[in-house]
Amino acid sequence: MKKAKALNQTYIRQWNKKFMIINHPILGPRDANEFVYKGDAELLNRPHWTPNATKRATYAEQEEFHDYLYLRNNPAGEHKELWYHEQGDRSWLIITRDTLTHQISKVELVREFLKEKVT
Amino acid sequence: MNYSALKVFFQGLSGNKGWKPMWREPEPKEEYDILIVGGGGHGLSTAYYLAKEFQEKKIAVLEKGWIGSGNIGRNTTIIRSNYLLKGNQPFYELSMKLWENLEQDFNYNAMISQRGIMNLFHNDPQRDAYTRRGNSMMISGAGAVMLNEKEVRRVAPFLDFDNARFPIKGALCQTRGGTVRHDAVAWGYARGADRLGVDIIQNCPVLNILVENDKCIGVETAKGTIKAKKIAICVAGSSSQVMNMAGLKLPIESHVLQAFVTEGLKPVLPGVITFGAGHFYVSQSDKGGLVFGGDIDGYNSYAQRGNLPTVEDVCEGGMAIMPMIGRSKLLRMWGGIMDMSMDGSPFIDKTKIEGLFFNGGWCYGGFKATPASGFCFAHLLSKGEPHETALEFRLDRFQRGAVIDEKGQGAQPNLH
Ligand SMILES: Cc1cc2nc3c(=O)[nH]c(=O)nc-3n(C[C@H](O)[C@H](O)[C@H](O)COP(=O)(O)OP(=O)(O)OC[C@H]3O[C@@H](n4cnc5c(N)ncnc54)[C@H](O)[C@@H]3O)c2cc1C
Repeated sequence: MKKAKALNQTYIRQWNKKFMIINHPILGPRDANEFVYKGDAELLNRPHWTPNATKRATYAEQEEFHDYLYLRNNPAGEHKELWYHEQGDRSWLIITRDTLTHQISKVELVREFLKEKVT
Repeated sequence: MNYSALKVFFQGLSGNKGWKPMWREPEPKEEYDILIVGGGGHGLSTAYYLAKEFQEKKIAVLEKGWIGSGNIGRNTTIIRSNYLLKGNQPFYELSMKLWENLEQDFNYNAMISQRGIMNLFHNDPQRDAYTRRGNSMMISGAGAVMLNEKEVRRVAPFLDFDNARFPIKGALCQTRGGTVRHDAVAWGYARGADRLGVDIIQNCPVLNILVENDKCIGVETAKGTIKAKKIAICVAGSSSQVMNMAGLKLPIESHVLQAFVTEGLKPVLPGVITFGAGHFYVSQSDKGGLVFGGDIDGYNSYAQRGNLPTVEDVCEGGMAIMPMIGRSKLLRMWGGIMDMSMDGSPFIDKTKIEGLFFNGGWCYGGFKATPASGFCFAHLLSKGEPHETALEFRLDRFQRGAVIDEKGQGAQPNLH
C-alpha cells in the first residue's frame, strides 16, 4: 500500500514535468485542460480610475490604463499568471510557472492572495 | 552564380563539384548603416529589399542561432490574402503579389505552389460572414470564389459532409492561396541579400541595445560591440525580450504553436483546407506528408514545445472534417514561439528611441507576410515613412483606439 502510494507520487511528479498538472490548493492535482488561462497576474493590479459625468480621466490616467490593459512584461522564466477553473470549482488561481520549462512551482487561490494583500 | 536548369545539367555532368556555398560567413565589421537583429524570414527579406529596392549599403543581419532556426523553419507554410479589414488586406495582397514573382526575383526555387485554399463553412451565419470577407478580398483585387456544397464535393470528396454537428455547406476559396517551401524562403532571401553585399552573421546573439540620449548607437553581441545608427528588430517570439533591452514594453505575449506532419502519402489533398467550426488547417507537402495545425496552446511560453491537450484538440478537429486522416500515422510534431499581439495584427513601426525600429506581433500568420513585411520594413527604414499598405501597423494604435482586430476578441492574445 505504502509502496503503491510512493510509486503514485513519483508518477505524478514525472507527469507534472512532462505535462501540465495543476495542484489545486483545495482539489489536489488537476489536468490543466480543466482551466482557462487568463494572462499575467499583474492584471489584478487594476489602476483606480473612476471617470463619471463630472470627472473625466486625465491624460496620465488614460495612459496608465492603456499600459495596464495592453502592455505585458512577457518574461522568459518565472511568470505569475491567472488561471480560472472553469471545468471545476470556478475558482481563480495565481500560478507561478516557468515559461521556459512549463514547470509549475506555486499555486495559490486569488482570494487568499488578495486577503493577504489587503491586511 | 545564377541558378538555372542548364547549370543543374552541367553540374550533373561534372559530378556536382562546382557548387559554391550560398552565402559567405563574414566576421562582423565595426560599424554598419543598418543592423537587422534576427535572421528569420522577416529579417532576411528586410535585408534583401533594403539592398535591392532601396539601394542601401552596409547592412548586416545578426542571428542568434543559424538562418532558419526560428519560426521561418517551423511553420505550416500556408500563404493566402483572405483578410477582412482594410488595415490588413491590402498588405497581405501585396505579399501575395510578391510571392507570385519571388522565385524569378531572387533566382531560387522556393516551391511556391498556388493550389488554392478553401475555408469551409457549416451554417448560414458563417456563409454570410465569408461572403462579406470574400467581398473585401475582391475589393483588394485578391479574388475570391464562393463554392457550394456540390462544388466542394467535387474537389474534396473525402470530407465528412454529413457530419451531424458540423455538416459542410460550402467554402470560401482563394485560388491563389497555397503553400511554399518555408526554409527555401529563408535560404533564397539569405543568398539574395548576400549577393548584394549584406553580411549575414550567424551564431551572434544580440545581448544589449546601446542607447544614448534616446538615440540608439549600436548593439552588444556575443561577437563584440557593433555600431549602427539604425537598428531593425525582427525577432518574432523573442520580441519582448529584445525590446526590453532598450527599456520598451510591448503589447505582446509569447505563446507556443504546434505543427504536425504525417507519413508521406500519395497526392490526396487538392490544396489547403480549413475547418470552420474549430481551428484546424491542413495541406499536403510535396513529399506527401499531411501538414496540419490548429490553435496555440494558450498560455505564455518560450519552450518551443507544447502539451498533449492541444495535440488531442487539433487531431479531433482533423477527424471532424476528414475522418480518413485517422488512418495516417503522425510522424513528427514540434512547436514555435509566437509573438501574439493584443489585437492579432502586427507592428511595423518606429519606436520612441531614435533609430530603433520594430517589426513583430505576427502571431501565427507571419509566414505569408514574409515578402511584404520585409518590403514595407525596408521602406520604413530607408525612407523614414511607412509604406502605404502598412500605415496602420503602429505601436500606438491601442492608445488611439485604432485596433485591427480581425476576430473582434479584444486584448486577449490567446483568443486571436
Ligand atoms: C507551428 C507554426 C505554424 C505556423 N504556420 C503558419 C502558416 O501556415 N502561415 C503563416 O503565414 N504563418 C505561420 N506561422 C507563423 C510564422 O512562422 C511566423 O509568424 C514568422 O515566421 C515570424 O517571422 P520570422 O520568420 O522573422 O521569425 P523567426 O524565423 O522566428 O525569426 C526570428 C529570429 O530572431 C532570432 N533571434 C531571437 N533573439 C535574438 C537575439 N537576441 N539576437 C539575435 N537574433 C535573435 C531567432 O533566433 C530567429 O531566428 C506559423 C508558426 C509556427 C510556429
